[in-house]
Amino acid sequence: MAWPPSPEEIHVVSGPDAGGAGGFYRAFAETLRGLKTTLRQAVAPVSVISYPEEKTPVYPRFRGRHRLHRFEDTGLEKCVGCSLCAAACPADCIRVVAAENTPENRVSAGERYAAVYEINLSRCIFCGYCEMACPFDAITMGHDYELADYNRADLIFTKEMLLAEPFDRTPLRGEGE
Amino acid sequence: MQIAKSLAIFFVGLNLIPLALMADRKVMGRMQNRYGPNRVGPFGALTPVADILKLLSKQQFRPRTAIGWVFVLAPLISIATAVGALSLVPFGDVHDIFGTKTGLYGVDVSIGPLLLFAFSSLASYGLLLGGWASGSKYSFLGAMRAAAQLISYEVSMGLALVGVIMTAQTLSLTGIVHAQEGMWYVIPQFVGFIVFLVAAFAETNRPPFDLTEADAELVGGYGTEYGGGRFATYYFAEYLNMVIASAMIVTFFFGGWHLPFGIDTPGWCEPLVVIAKILFFVFFFVWVRATLPRPRYDQLMSLGWKVLLPLATLNVMVTAIILVVTD
Repeated sequence: MAWPPSPEEIHVVSGPDAGGAGGFYRAFAETLRGLKTTLRQAVAPVSVISYPEEKTPVYPRFRGRHRLHRFEDTGLEKCVGCSLCAAACPADCIRVVAAENTPENRVSAGERYAAVYEINLSRCIFCGYCEMACPFDAITMGHDYELADYNRADLIFTKEMLLAEPFDRTPLRGEGE
Repeated sequence: MQIAKSLAIFFVGLNLIPLALMADRKVMGRMQNRYGPNRVGPFGALTPVADILKLLSKQQFRPRTAIGWVFVLAPLISIATAVGALSLVPFGDVHDIFGTKTGLYGVDVSIGPLLLFAFSSLASYGLLLGGWASGSKYSFLGAMRAAAQLISYEVSMGLALVGVIMTAQTLSLTGIVHAQEGMWYVIPQFVGFIVFLVAAFAETNRPPFDLTEADAELVGGYGTEYGGGRFATYYFAEYLNMVIASAMIVTFFFGGWHLPFGIDTPGWCEPLVVIAKILFFVFFFVWVRATLPRPRYDQLMSLGWKVLLPLATLNVMVTAIILVVTD
């Protein structure tokens, strides 16, 4: 449509002019219409999620707190300590210290494993680059979004915390919800 | 008997306030598709209690620029005038209680509406002095608005009642209720009712005419510098004024304790009828609050002086002519 629109294209709905009896009638009628609208909303269902009791559902691709994964059959960690996630991280919040696997102490499926794996969540921007950089799908973005804490040191998540199953899973948003 | 009666009236009247407070939040919530307060007590029913306890346990403070004793006195004027007006509300007819003839009202003065307007005029001093004595610019602006708004709307409010008084031919509130036995005055005095209703919103500083508080532009208006118990006093007075305004609408236009369609009200449920009607109008106040936005200040003044006052005057004249013609 051309801009500015021609006068034929502009559809103006005009009531009685303000002021005088017409304006008074309009104010009265429109007030009644407004009252009807609010009364109808009063019996309409509420659109409230009572947050601490029920959580906002997230989409499957929601980028929440990271999770590290194990192989389901062997229980070995998927992370091989390659530090590609740390290299990809734009916020520089991942720290990986790798160590060699030995036959007595076998932690991961590869040659090496992450002896230290820390994510500083107070710096993380939840961009998901670490997930994309990982060649073994060892780190993924989870669905947890309740990440408040009392001090910053508690927001540095260690490997054990990232490997653990979350206590209560965030509800997933269904199709078309 | 008079003492017992006043205690009962205060018990009922002051218990309507937390109810109005709760209705305000709950109804507003439902109208905005949310629950409203639902944390304290079942369905949030104890929220007003928690509210008042919180306010009363807060520290009393006053700004350095405040004028001390006026600052302390102003909320008291507000609450005193509101409670005084409560004594005028007729809850029922004269009944035989334990052998004594007792009217179910505080006092039945022969100049009921005038006393009511006297109280509501004095109530504007509460807001005015409070805002002025706070020594803050926002408070001062709110106080100035309160002065202009309350005084200008009182004129139309009074004129709106003249029609009722002429029709009832009495200034006693119970007399006015008795005169409505056949037909409630909302039908013959419809214009007067509309003017009184709009003016009542402005008189009680309820939204959409809460320009004296106007939290969007004046922070808190006259109450900006008030906190704790003094704020609670103002808050209490505001809701009590809302209850009294509803009671007055019921008395003047909705037949007090009379039921519609000529149904005879049994004596013991007259107060219940009055309270039910009052609660409906409290609901109406909240309903309008949830519906209408706040007008600009000049719009408020021009509505009062250019629309309501001529309408009320016209109503008085037409009523007078009809009364003379039909007499």
